[in-house]
Amino acid sequence: MQDFVQHLINGTSLGSIYALIALGYTMVYGILQLINFAHSDVYMMGAFSAYYLAMFMGLQNSPGVATLASLLAAAMIGCSLLGLAIERFAYRPLRKAPKLNILITAIGVSLLLQYSAQIIFGADPKVFPKVLEDSVLIDFGAVQLKSLDVAVLIVTVIMMLALNFLIFKTKIGKAMRAVSQNMTVASMMGVNVDRVISFTFVVGSSLAGVGAVLVGMKYPKIDPLMGTFIGIKGFVAAVLGGIGSLPGAVLGGLLMGLSEEMVVAYLSSTYRDALAFGLLIIILIFRPSGLLGKKGVEKV
Amino acid sequence: MRVPMLTFLGLMILGVIAEFTLDSFVQLMLIYVLINMILGMSLNLVNGFTGQFSLGHAGFMAVGAYVSAYLSTLFPDLTGGMGLVTFPVLALLGGLAAAFAGYLVGLPSLRLRGDYLAIVTLGFGEIIRVTLLNMPAVGGARGFYGIPGPTDWDLGGFVISKFLIGYAQAMFWVVACFFVIWRVVRSAHGRAFLSVREDEIAAEAMGVDTTKAKVRAFVLSSFFAGIAGSIFAHYANYLNPASFGFNRSIDAVIIVVLGGMGSLTGSLVAAVFVTLMPELLRPLQELVGVDVRMVVYSLCLILLMILRPKGLFGSKEVFELVRKYVRKTS
Repeated sequence: MQDFVQHLINGTSLGSIYALIALGYTMVYGILQLINFAHSDVYMMGAFSAYYLAMFMGLQNSPGVATLASLLAAAMIGCSLLGLAIERFAYRPLRKAPKLNILITAIGVSLLLQYSAQIIFGADPKVFPKVLEDSVLIDFGAVQLKSLDVAVLIVTVIMMLALNFLIFKTKIGKAMRAVSQNMTVASMMGVNVDRVISFTFVVGSSLAGVGAVLVGMKYPKIDPLMGTFIGIKGFVAAVLGGIGSLPGAVLGGLLMGLSEEMVVAYLSSTYRDALAFGLLIIILIFRPSGLLGKKGVEKV
Repeated sequence: MRVPMLTFLGLMILGVIAEFTLDSFVQLMLIYVLINMILGMSLNLVNGFTGQFSLGHAGFMAVGAYVSAYLSTLFPDLTGGMGLVTFPVLALLGGLAAAFAGYLVGLPSLRLRGDYLAIVTLGFGEIIRVTLLNMPAVGGARGFYGIPGPTDWDLGGFVISKFLIGYAQAMFWVVACFFVIWRVVRSAHGRAFLSVREDEIAAEAMGVDTTKAKVRAFVLSSFFAGIAGSIFAHYANYLNPASFGFNRSIDAVIIVVLGGMGSLTGSLVAAVFVTLMPELLRPLQELVGVDVRMVVYSLCLILLMILRPKGLFGSKEVFELVRKYVRKTS
């Protein structure tokens, strides 16, 4: 039982990171109906921009909240600029092209980022700077609440509240919702669609940056291919919850994190990746639009 | 039957020329080109002609490869000329196994549409890979060693090389795949596939059982993917689940989109391009000093999508374009 609670804590912490990545996928999908394959590599670039900022400012060995905040800022800024550039130069010229073309372009961008990162940063893994002291905050004997897990949870909750505020309480958020409902009508109502789409990429990418720093904090090893798997899982989480739905992405992320942790704990770690997809397939077969997704009515 | 046979014979003459003029590395690349041609054409049936989006093609290739490789270890005495008979049979069995896997995967997932279908097929591809990773009988993560492959065939002094037998086999299936898909797309079933691509609702209203049509296309496509896998297994003599990952599925999709959705000859051209591009960029790598090949490759991909969104040939076949061009100039 105590083991179970411990796994619950670990799973939630992992799941909230997945949720951050999933939010980026789901936001872009909600607006452009595009699976942004490059998102996982934006995430990787976020980890590297935090790493190089830490190198530059000499923060490798000064754990603390200030370090966490500055690394988060670096990753968020780095990722948003990258996201902005990708949208402007790769996706915008294809706004009217068939969906598959944009998808292939996204894959192309993803490959481009991966291979350029391998050339620029080198293919060997790097040690992420120590962000927080890994201490046990509360000790219930068999169950331990660690500072890293608590930090992950606090940061993700702050980010999700901020996102919620941004989307439901601000003018640009209203514009984003309008564009995701109907791009043409939104543009007729005076919404600058291109700007809204760019902004969506900025927000989604900076969430990926946050996720990157949190992952770097928990598992301090980064390399140019680190995005692939967490990216696929974040995407699966988004589909699981119903792609295009923000609460769905959070729910899907948590479900993914928890189920993964439980499979590793009670079954076998080699089946971890297969089970994520197994879960997805079962849910999609019985609820084709995901757990919280809206069922689209098809009109002729 | 005459056209496919003549094509095959003509291409075999090219193979004999390749045997005497090319070194073994280029010959290996040639076999890989043929394998990618089969992969591209078979995926084109689903992605191009039926308009569904599958991202798990490598999984079916893996099924074909492993089944055929495992069966061949049960009959180890496959040397020389025997290979000309046994490997096509093994490929057929591998293809059937892959087709069966395609049926199992397709039946539930083809009810889904668009991106969801893409993700589910991606998921199945990964599941197949992870399952293979956990099967000690076929080597698991270490890989499957010692798969019998084509060997030199000694006809009393006159030797038919390993390459030529492998080439004959691969080319046989390329020609078979091309003409089967060519004929299917122009049959009643093929019309159903096309109608699903153009407008699923209208097709259903006209009495096409869309799910059945999609499953049929998917099964046939998986069959040929399995055959490509089988050829790969026996020519490389070694299999590893890692070589059937997401990236190979992506390669297949790139071949289809690059050549043009619904253009079989386009897939052939694109397969050559995609397979050889990293090798052709090797001089560039020596010039710059770092391995920029994949960066250039991905840049080409992005630029091609932006500048030529319909792929190289759109939905037209190569000779249609040639005919059009010739008519214009004369």
